[in-house]
Amino acid sequence: MTMTDADTKITPEVIAAHGVTETEYRSIVKILGREPNLTELGIFSVMWSEHCSYKNSKPILKQFPTTGSKILVKAGEENAGIVDIGDGLAVCFKIESHNHPSAVEPFQGAATGVGGILRDIFTMGSRPILLMNSLRFGKLENATTKRLFKGVVAGISHYGNCIGIPTVGGEVYFDESYEGNPLVNALALGIIKKDEIVKGKATGTGNPVYYVGAATGRDGLGGAAFASRELTEESHEDRPAVQVGDPFLEKLLMEACLELIKTDALVGMQDMGAAGLSCSTCETASRGSSGIEIDLQKVPRRETGMVPYELMLSESQERMLIIAKKGKEKEVERIFEKWDLHAVKIGEVQDGHLMRVKDGPELVAEIPAKALADEGPVYKREEKKPAYLEKAQRLDLAAVKEPKDFTAVLKKLLGHPSIASKAWVWEQYDHMVRTDTVFYPGHDAAVVRIKGTQRGIAVSTDCNSLYCYLDPYEGGKIAVAEAARNVAATGAVPLAITNCLNFGNPMKSEVFWTFHQAVQGMIDACKALKTPVTGGNVSFYNESPAGAIQPTPTVGMVGLLENIETRIPSHFQNDGDLIFLLGETKNEIGASHYLMIEHGLKQGLPPRLDLEKETALQELLLESARAGLLESCHDLSEGGLAVALAECCFNPKRNFGAVLDQLNLIPQAAGLRQDALYFGESQSRAIVSVTSDNKEAIIRAAQNHRVPVYQIGKVGGQKLVIGDKIEVDAAECAKVYRETIPGSMAS
Amino acid sequence: MKTAVVVFPGSNCDTDCYHALNDVMGSPVSFVWHKEREFPKVDLVVLPGGFSYGDYLRTGSIARFSPVMESVKKHAESGRYVIGICNGFQILLEAGFLPGAMLRNKTLSFVCKHVYLRCENSASAFTKNMKKGAVLSIPIAHGEGNYFCDDATFKELQDQDRIAFRYVSAEGKTGEAFNPNGSRDHIAGILNKKGNILGMMPHPERASESILSSTDGKAIWESLMK
Repeated sequence: MTMTDADTKITPEVIAAHGVTETEYRSIVKILGREPNLTELGIFSVMWSEHCSYKNSKPILKQFPTTGSKILVKAGEENAGIVDIGDGLAVCFKIESHNHPSAVEPFQGAATGVGGILRDIFTMGSRPILLMNSLRFGKLENATTKRLFKGVVAGISHYGNCIGIPTVGGEVYFDESYEGNPLVNALALGIIKKDEIVKGKATGTGNPVYYVGAATGRDGLGGAAFASRELTEESHEDRPAVQVGDPFLEKLLMEACLELIKTDALVGMQDMGAAGLSCSTCETASRGSSGIEIDLQKVPRRETGMVPYELMLSESQERMLIIAKKGKEKEVERIFEKWDLHAVKIGEVQDGHLMRVKDGPELVAEIPAKALADEGPVYKREEKKPAYLEKAQRLDLAAVKEPKDFTAVLKKLLGHPSIASKAWVWEQYDHMVRTDTVFYPGHDAAVVRIKGTQRGIAVSTDCNSLYCYLDPYEGGKIAVAEAARNVAATGAVPLAITNCLNFGNPMKSEVFWTFHQAVQGMIDACKALKTPVTGGNVSFYNESPAGAIQPTPTVGMVGLLENIETRIPSHFQNDGDLIFLLGETKNEIGASHYLMIEHGLKQGLPPRLDLEKETALQELLLESARAGLLESCHDLSEGGLAVALAECCFNPKRNFGAVLDQLNLIPQAAGLRQDALYFGESQSRAIVSVTSDNKEAIIRAAQNHRVPVYQIGKVGGQKLVIGDKIEVDAAECAKVYRETIPGSMAS
Repeated sequence: MKTAVVVFPGSNCDTDCYHALNDVMGSPVSFVWHKEREFPKVDLVVLPGGFSYGDYLRTGSIARFSPVMESVKKHAESGRYVIGICNGFQILLEAGFLPGAMLRNKTLSFVCKHVYLRCENSASAFTKNMKKGAVLSIPIAHGEGNYFCDDATFKELQDQDRIAFRYVSAEGKTGEAFNPNGSRDHIAGILNKKGNILGMMPHPERASESILSSTDGKAIWESLMK
């Protein structure tokens, strides 16, 4: 039986094969007042998939704070949220997953992930100015991981470099829980004049609907549905569900669309991403409270014999739907012709509320647009605290022996691929094109300038999934707080976040509990830090036959530097500068990378984060940056004080040495273990370096903000000396840090 | 000095070159669309970096057939200047303005990073503001920058002092470790016989402002403007 044949009888098997439940099917019949035909069933199945409808996550996502004085377009209203940055400008940004396609075909999966997120940004009329990505793989020593890692990086590099948008940063972690189910989350950010924001709306009866960009093929058939189920041994058979990207075509499409918004011919624009033509037509109509009619005979196609079912569900890349003003057709066609692109009128906006799809004279689908786009099913899933947690959270500190050789531990941490330098990755990305990248990858946050203004944008992506595995609430909270801290460390004020929520199968009550907890943690942090959510994406079903991934709610934080000259780098800058530790060090080694890497334990509770203390630290960093007190600033995360200090020394221009001979100033009263002091991951801390002239000023500023401050050492020399336990050549550590990943990939 | 920056479909360093010359150097620039057969009389034509026509088939191989290339040829024949940067260099090779060809990088992957170049010829219009042997920090960003030519061509390039830049260490020494792509004899940029056409893989427009880590690329613009 071919699923695409229009005469296919709608049997319970056909319905089940579409992932539509019996209850959902009854709703469809009720909405239509009749049985759907196969094309209609296909359209419902993709539009009501988790990927498009958020049916399992909506009730929880609704609780995210989405408003704020700088929010111009709220989460969920359009393809991406928009935030005011002053000077008549705004930024538009979003992060999205392309996990399943990348598991099956890493190069094209990752490449089209980049292409998709870019279209979300220029659909709004904004010019993309940067890309970032957050990647997770299994253990690097595995041949499969190497293949996936290499393919994903090459795919991102291929697409981003060709289209000419710099990939300015991101993160990469390696952990066995991602074996067979890697995560590929891509973020894009664009800039737009506040008065040029384009909406994805179909309004004005009689206005023409244009199909522009690439022709439609059978690639990516049902990709949204593919993303909404678990990966199995047979998933490679879904390879046709992975799309193939053409960054050159997307470059032309982007330039043409951005040229079009400068004219007065445009009413609305919507990219054809997940669920392709189905999604773009019903969403634009639904937002515009209009009807829409298209004729599939007019759709450019790259294969013969395609039936309506396939045309409506194809996820061929680099296509857009454009609603133009009646009478301005010539102008639209002229621009797309200039860029050698298809621009075909395939239909028009109509009165009423129906999405009508014709195949020549024949009506092949007729569905209320809102029913597809906004009135999908919503489920309240069952939640149950996972059984593993109680045991995993219990950590008997007495049983964890302090290491004998702290220097060896430091080197081991620096040589772990999750901590080691990612230059092997980002040197394959053009991170400089557009000549705006001021802080290259490797800083706490990437910083780009905005030409013609004093301003700069800082962006960081973060998630420590080990924390989320051991305490999803605290982990979610920390993901937001750390992303904000990274942005604040560069001197930029955190403005808003986008998130990509990667979890297992939501039908499993234990998975759903972790999802809810993590989101609640994020909500609390977003509220305290005043960084609303502008949008993002939920990726469920991240499971391979071995089980679910560690919960990974990735946060993309965007911050603003009103004056780019006040930016603060992450690395030490001058010999002789004084080193200060800001924040409180507690007896916390649970859920740390030290415990995992040195002791082989994924155990204990992650460090506790106090949002008031976090806010105080970030305000201190921002005030000190503006006052010009800081030479460098780096937050403490995986590997704690020792790793952070080493990273401060690894300035790409030249290695620095440092001597921390005053660790005794850090209060050690409460039985603080030495390994917690050196490698613990207590939150809300940063290392700053200042010139001796600013010594008094930084101490005073910290005291004003009630942030503990300790002058622990000095920059200089060839060595890394930390207390009485670590003394090692900085160059030797830098070698381990820099050569781990290239070494693994060469073998 | 007046400059035209040619825009091919897929060019992506066109606005960067515009910014460096027009906004930083204060020298007027206009864009010329690849379909134009004529362009205004200018002193310098820039073929910018990017992925013209997606670099499908071979890098630069389709761009050479663009209508605008006829005018670029006339412009060059009149003795005025042409600089091809990265993809622009690849186009100059494909169009036969410069000898040789590009192979894939020895790593077989794209590489984007700061490298050091040594000025090998300080007599050309593009380099006359530099000292011979001067070391410049200028970034590269390419997948196919592994310059190749046959022995006869190589000898000619050397004998006629047409190698403009070589990849070197920070101290100005050549060596495999400092050659990022495997190019023949560490070549990073070459001149034509008349010395009015320069092709180079590194991006001087990315090293023309202190906020971007290096201003060493300005020496090329300054040489041309002198």
